[in-house]
Amino acid sequence: MVYLTRIEHFNAAHKLYNPNWSKEKNDEVFGKCANENWHGHNFELFVTIKGDPDPDTGFVYDAKKLGALVNEKVVDKLDHRNLNVDVDFMRGKLCSIENLVIGIWNELQPNLPAGVQLHCLKLIETSKIYVEYYGGK
Amino acid sequence: MSKRVAVIRKEQFNAAHRLFNPAWDDAKNTEVFGKCALPNYHGHNYDLEVRVTGKPDKNTGYVMDLKELSDLIKQEIINRFDHKNLNLDTEEFKELNPTAENIAVAIYDLLRPHINKKRDLMIRLYETPRNYVEYPA
Repeated sequence: MVYLTRIEHFNAAHKLYNPNWSKEKNDEVFGKCANENWHGHNFELFVTIKGDPDPDTGFVYDAKKLGALVNEKVVDKLDHRNLNVDVDFMRGKLCSIENLVIGIWNELQPNLPAGVQLHCLKLIETSKIYVEYYGGK
Repeated sequence: MSKRVAVIRKEQFNAAHRLFNPAWDDAKNTEVFGKCALPNYHGHNYDLEVRVTGKPDKNTGYVMDLKELSDLIKQEIINRFDHKNLNLDTEEFKELNPTAENIAVAIYDLLRPHINKKRDLMIRLYETPRNYVEYPA
């Protein structure tokens, strides 16, 4: 079993804001991340799949094809977008990095070719903050 | 005679923006700025390097106290731009397109009056890990 990771990146705006709370409560909980006119980040996405190398190619899966798939299914929907406003799979959700990584998993996992197992998504929001998600509950 | 030395302080801020020239229509903006012109903004982690160059002071050995420089950058730049929408929330970019170039010049102009005239100042601003600008050039 080998783990193969493809790294992609996107730039996006967002804010952390719970519409069920008052502005004061949002400011109290989310601080400057609740700024009403948004802020933004350079996000880095690490997509790790696992499997045994194919005897004919030596690949777990063609890393270039994996990159193209990640771009088509996820990055193209996120890059240079507003996560709260523009992204169908984040609609109605709090745009935390935790919810974003789960959303990305749910977009990507069903679209992987048969035999390719998604192992982990790592999503970096700033040089000091990142999350990892391994699927499941 | 002592030698010139550059001292550099690194700071970060996260902000939303879009590139848009109000004198042009949407089609022209999209043609020139591509997805950077998308209406709902996107964002970046900006990495800022402030470089001060001069001869170390005889008494302190410092070109500039880096704690003082850090406090100055926080007060003048980070508090102004961090977790803000550069187009909507800042005076500097009400009428000016917030490209990395223009942001670097604005940062220089904000800091210059607070730094000893005998010292040279240079700004390097990373918009993404792959794109950065320097001013003056």
